[in-house]
Amino acid sequence: MIEAQNLTRRYGRTVAVDSLSFDVRPGSVTGFLGPNGSGKSTTMRLILGLDRPDAGQVRVGGRRYRELRWPLREVGAMLEAKAFHPGRSARSHLAALAAGNAIPRTRVDEVLDLVGLTSAAGRRAGKFSLGMGQRLGVAAALLGDPAVLLLDEPVNGLDPEGVRWIRNLLTSLAAQGRTVFVSSHLISEMALTAERLVVIGRGRLLANTTVAELSAGAASLEAAFFRLTGDSVEYAAKETTS
Amino acid sequence: MTTIAAARMEWIKLRSLRSTWWTLAVTVAGTVGIGLAVGLNSKDAAADLTNNALAGVVPGLLLTGVLGVLTMTSEYSSGTIRATLAVVPRRGVVLAAKAAVFGVVTLIVGEVAAFTAFLAAATTVRHGITAPALSDPGVLRAVMLSGAAFCLIGLLGLGLGAIIRHSAAAVGVLVAGVYVVVQVIGFFAHSAAAYMPILILENSLSTTRPVTCGASCPDFLSAWAGLGMLSLYAVIALVAGGWLLARRDA
Ligand SMILES: Nc1ncnc2c1ncn2[C@@H]1O[C@H](COP(=O)(O)OP(=O)(O)OP(=O)(O)O)[C@@H](O)[C@H]1O
Ligand SMILES: [Mg+2]
Repeated sequence: MIEAQNLTRRYGRTVAVDSLSFDVRPGSVTGFLGPNGSGKSTTMRLILGLDRPDAGQVRVGGRRYRELRWPLREVGAMLEAKAFHPGRSARSHLAALAAGNAIPRTRVDEVLDLVGLTSAAGRRAGKFSLGMGQRLGVAAALLGDPAVLLLDEPVNGLDPEGVRWIRNLLTSLAAQGRTVFVSSHLISEMALTAERLVVIGRGRLLANTTVAELSAGAASLEAAFFRLTGDSVEYAAKETTS
Repeated sequence: MTTIAAARMEWIKLRSLRSTWWTLAVTVAGTVGIGLAVGLNSKDAAADLTNNALAGVVPGLLLTGVLGVLTMTSEYSSGTIRATLAVVPRRGVVLAAKAAVFGVVTLIVGEVAAFTAFLAAATTVRHGITAPALSDPGVLRAVMLSGAAFCLIGLLGLGLGAIIRHSAAAVGVLVAGVYVVVQVIGFFAHSAAAYMPILILENSLSTTRPVTCGASCPDFLSAWAGLGMLSLYAVIALVAGGWLLARRDA
């Protein structure tokens, strides 16, 4: 369970997140959609306490992230950007994170196996392909067997096989009763993976609904998304006319 | 408990980078090599041979200092800092754990470097000079405190890394503060020279007897006051770094 209340964050003049309130419930995949620059990554960082909100608050499992004693055991996160040192092996990276939250060392090999990185675990992570880096990020998120998972653009740059792998992983994690909150640009991907949707534009909540409900009145989920976010697209390319 | 776990995380991070071990090995090898050269080439029986044997500590400090900077700044350049803070959201604990682990490692390595350099010089002196012994007055203190300087400059680097966050800029400030300012300070503020890290090391920590050179020298600090001064620099940098770490976005 993730509960955001009036979450607000400014960077200089930019209001990245604007009085955002929403709940993310356990047991289903909740997609987090919004145009470029709408505040998805910022919201993720606010949930993890990496950035500080200017107003409002967000709770995970009823508590603020900073109050969690062993955070990885309750919340697993994979952010957009890489979060590992290129000179360190995948195994050492995960071993360090596990030690930091008193997670048994055997769990490192379990998650390496789960994401299919066992054979590459001893290699310097800086040499990993984009997909392997994503898999390492997923492994780190799963390390503490958490009830809440946050993933920022997990399929970015993945090949079709990787995309399907993430999709199946997320739906099975949700089926186990976990809270799965995943941001994406890919509406078609969300249509396949998510059951619920939180849609934002310019940092504001536009919809907190189900995929079925949102697509009901439109030709497709994509059409519904464009209708919803039409007024809040910040960086739009000119339509090409021929 | 959470603090011990954080320290274990930092220990795994530090030891799992090959660059850590290379840097520390070069630190010891360089310091000992210079000690050896001093032993073989000493001809002045009246000189403070202990002080000369520890001459390699001056350049050696640069390595632990830079390692301290990089231990912090590489977390920012690689993005590891976000993973670290997700594991340990109490940021003061993160920096304290880092400082404890890094401090212990560089203290051990620094003492090994200082003692080995001293012994290398003491066992190789020729030209009829009597070798100094650790039991001679002030010798054990000089060697021990010089070894501790590796750790203190390393921690200063760690604190600067936390304050500045960018590798090149933080290394620049460290080098300026430790090696460059001292070159010009004498012209502007003669009495402040005694508080410069390098002069503390050369004239307070690593000497067996008070350094006097008349009016051209400032009044150098005693060995223990010098140690206190270097510790104070490290503590100020770490406290400022911790304060900023807790307040800034990651
Ligand atoms: N650290 C920062 N400093 C300054 N501005 C920032 C910072 N982080 C985000 N912003 C701004 O806040 C707004 C929201 O950015 P954010 O990265 O959260 O959007 P997003 O929805 O994740 O976008 P995308 O879909 O492109 O990943 C943008 O205008 C961005 O420029
Ligand atoms: Mg983003």
